[in-house]
Amino acid sequence: MYKKITGTDAYQEPMLISPSAHFSMGGLWVDYELQSNLPGLFVLGEANFADHGANRLGANSLLQACVDGYFILPHTLMHYLAGETALGARKLAAEERLLQEARARIDLLQNIKGMRTADQFHRALGALLTQKCGLIRERGQLQEGLKEVKELQKSFYEDLFLPETGEGLHMELEKALRVEDYLELAQLIFTDALQREESCGAHFRVEYQTEQGEAARNDAEFQFVSAWESTSEGFQLHREALHFQYMQPQERSYQ
Amino acid sequence: MKLTLKIWRQPNPRAKGTFETYSLEDLNPAMSVPEMLDVLNEQLMAAGKTPIAFDSDCREGICGQCGFVINGDVHSPERGATTCQTHLRSFQSGDTLVLEPFRAKAFPIKKDLCVDRRALDRIIMKGGYISVQTGQAPEANSTRIPLEQAETAFEAAACIGCGACVATCKNASAALFTGAKISHLALLPQGEPEAAKRVQAMVAQMDVEGFGACSMTGACEVVCPQGVSIAHIVRMHAEFWKS
Ligand code: FES
Repeated sequence: MYKKITGTDAYQEPMLISPSAHFSMGGLWVDYELQSNLPGLFVLGEANFADHGANRLGANSLLQACVDGYFILPHTLMHYLAGETALGARKLAAEERLLQEARARIDLLQNIKGMRTADQFHRALGALLTQKCGLIRERGQLQEGLKEVKELQKSFYEDLFLPETGEGLHMELEKALRVEDYLELAQLIFTDALQREESCGAHFRVEYQTEQGEAARNDAEFQFVSAWESTSEGFQLHREALHFQYMQPQERSYQ
Repeated sequence: MKLTLKIWRQPNPRAKGTFETYSLEDLNPAMSVPEMLDVLNEQLMAAGKTPIAFDSDCREGICGQCGFVINGDVHSPERGATTCQTHLRSFQSGDTLVLEPFRAKAFPIKKDLCVDRRALDRIIMKGGYISVQTGQAPEANSTRIPLEQAETAFEAAACIGCGACVATCKNASAALFTGAKISHLALLPQGEPEAAKRVQAMVAQMDVEGFGACSMTGACEVVCPQGVSIAHIVRMHAEFWKS
């Protein structure tokens, strides 16, 4: 695999290793039945926040696919469907409204007619997250980064370029719509990293470390799940307490 | 490095397509083929031209989204590699690469290098799942499966559904894809109750979609990025006769 990607043989030459962002921690909030706060929208697998904590360990995806898809959803989804009546006129009206909203969103992007492609914004955002909200996080940097994401988002709406592609598939539009979402998600990642004044899992704040340089948690104040709600006034935090019955959280040490 | 690209351009499913020629310079040999197309697209867009539509997602060979034909090779000149796992170092500076979409009747071209592979999804919808009640999580050791059997099922389950097997087959047959799915479930106790119904329904759907018959040339196994063996086609046939 390494050879396939890099073209060098790890048996002959030292391996080149560097960290890279693979996942964002967390996911959509769901209840015990895996239903999101939108009735009827179930979220399973890695898209939800349910089974992993501040770190996504190896095989998390496998665990979520098996547990959510195999054991939980077959029961809870049936339960939900049993209470549903046939598709009503009210629902169709809602769908019509959603369609219009989606069209409006697409029109908005298509009318910007700027100079920078979705990929260029994506790369700028990636660099920003890696530098300011990557492996090692620090308050000042996070505040700066959050400001810069907001600026990037502003220039996205002023300077996005979408090519004319005629009818049919429009890959650049698809990308732009995703990048538009990423810009919002990035702000949440910064906001959350700023709010959590401790080090925990993959979230390492330089201000909070032990003398040996290990992550220092602050369980008294931060032993909770941060469920962020997106409201018209920005992100609003809901704290969900964590209870430990059989095992107590310990200090992680690689010493 | 420098490459000349001849790429299939087709604006929509009904339009007539043609090859267009592009040249790229200063390419990094460590780039993957989709990354090279990103570079080309940036240049095309800067020149006010329509970028090339192509599929890719994970770019690490695990999702099955990417894939087109490079100089007649499905996915890649390298064995066991997807298009996204093919790097420019596989070619010489100055080479000409002819890129065209997967061609099969059941895979209509959507645009340029993108084809519609939903026919494979419809085969899965006919039976590539289990609908038994799982109940509570059982004790892990209560159903024992011999290692060899579990490994074979796993090998079949490694199929990423990219459609390379169809694209390379002279009959555009989906036997390797369908065989892998059937074999995967037939080898495990969870798949047993519905095995007969499954194989009948999935095989019938292959015909409905317009995939050709399998004549066992084994070409599919050669291009399969996951190295899925044609032994799974044999197991599909066995399951079919059993049903
Ligand atoms: S992009 Fe996922 S396999 Fe190539």
